[in-house]
Amino acid sequence: MFLQQLINGVALGSVYALIALGYTMVYGIITLINFAHGEIFMVGAFVGLLLISYFKVNVFIAIVGAMIVCMIMGVLIERIAYRPLRKSSRLSALISAIGVSIFLSSLALMLFGADAKGFPDSAFPVRQLRIGSADVSTLQLLIIGVSACLMLGLEFIVQKTKIGKAMRATSEDYNTAALMGIDVNRVISFTFALGSALAAAGGVLVGVLFNAVSFNMGLMAGLKAFAAAVLGGIGSIPGAMLGGLLLGVSEVFGVAIGYSSYRDAIAFAILVLVLLVKPTGLLGQKITKKV
Amino acid sequence: MLKVERICVDYGAVKALRDVSFRIEQGEIVALIGANGAGKTTVLNAISNIVPSACGSIVYLGKELTKLAPHEIVKLGISQVPEGRRVFGRMSVVENLEMGAFTRNDKEQIGLDLEKIFQRFPRLAERRKQPAKTLSGGEQQMLAMARALMSRPKLLLLDEPSMGLAPMLVEQIFAIVQEINRSGTTILLVEQNANMALSIAHRGYVLETGEVVLQGGAGELASDPQVRSAYLGE
Repeated sequence: MFLQQLINGVALGSVYALIALGYTMVYGIITLINFAHGEIFMVGAFVGLLLISYFKVNVFIAIVGAMIVCMIMGVLIERIAYRPLRKSSRLSALISAIGVSIFLSSLALMLFGADAKGFPDSAFPVRQLRIGSADVSTLQLLIIGVSACLMLGLEFIVQKTKIGKAMRATSEDYNTAALMGIDVNRVISFTFALGSALAAAGGVLVGVLFNAVSFNMGLMAGLKAFAAAVLGGIGSIPGAMLGGLLLGVSEVFGVAIGYSSYRDAIAFAILVLVLLVKPTGLLGQKITKKV
Repeated sequence: MLKVERICVDYGAVKALRDVSFRIEQGEIVALIGANGAGKTTVLNAISNIVPSACGSIVYLGKELTKLAPHEIVKLGISQVPEGRRVFGRMSVVENLEMGAFTRNDKEQIGLDLEKIFQRFPRLAERRKQPAKTLSGGEQQMLAMARALMSRPKLLLLDEPSMGLAPMLVEQIFAIVQEINRSGTTILLVEQNANMALSIAHRGYVLETGEVVLQGGAGELASDPQVRSAYLGE
């Protein structure tokens, strides 16, 4: 029972972590809460759905396709809706982000209607495996496996590649990064591309898991992932991973011990409790104000 | 090499620089001295185009800098060591140096330059894997200068390299600055420590509330009664 719920929780938590990474990376670099991020997740789910239903591709290709589409979308959103406001107050950019979010979910409503759409049965053959005392579906393994690979890939990019190091430098000190000859606009675009790609993968995985894709699925998932990012310490990449997993696991356990009607409240209750004790989040850095 | 002509910079309603003009010739060390808030750092940030100039022109080797992005200016061979060192604290010493070489793609040469830097600054070599924030103030200043050298600049802009350092370290840093200059790099040195700055510079400019009020050879300025009373503590 415990192992069973733990696996359920980790599967859900990995998806929260995938989305939370986008929030935290963007915040780390331009201190903007990208409220349209949940909608990118939703668009990713729809792209996956279309690819699987109409082009009959397998789920892995659908994930890659959704990631590519959302990468481009993330970069465009930053160009059009955030970059012109870079020098304005943070509130303007935030309002612009909310605008993009409403625009995207309304667009999806118009194109696909209000009903949740399901995947064809052939999308992913689900089998149950028995591991110890737990029943694990191949779907859960898919989610955990894909998420783990993506996060390892991200960790490699951020730690080892030149552009990844430039991302870390820019998030520490924007102006000094520019003085190194780093094109900070390119770094920002790259960050949006990475974050959007991860959210898109999360979208397809959630769509397949619940067998439902709808225009408003980005709202709650986005809010919870944002809570996960803040819980882990906004701006911190390992923090977002940890926050997502913690949130997923506690949500599943909360439901398992009988609080299923408070399912969505659990995430936010944990967030409030952690912030009361540690305002920077679990792995957050204390922000030293720059002169 | 660099010609700054009548530039002005505004921070909102505050005029930080008014009609500032000066020039730097190849191979020189030029000191820019003045009190806190005179606009010295703003001059450097205007050259690097971190802050936009409201008027005037900055021409470097025939190119107008005020129209270029900061990273393009670095590519032309101008590197700045910012005030307060600004090392990337969470990144290792080596990663900081790699960031300094960001504009370059010649991996082998970068590796050789790294080795040269570590020979010149043995303290950095010992700490190469450590996060930069664990370094002492003097070590961070050395790292900041080494980082700027990694781009192989033709013109190095140094902002208050002596700030917050013990006198012995200050001498060490200034000796390094002279050495860098002797190996062919032109230097614009911004300092509050006018004494030290003028002792190694060829020429100098005195900045007061956003305007150049005096200029001349370093020796001349150091013996000027006005400078002596205002900046040399006499």
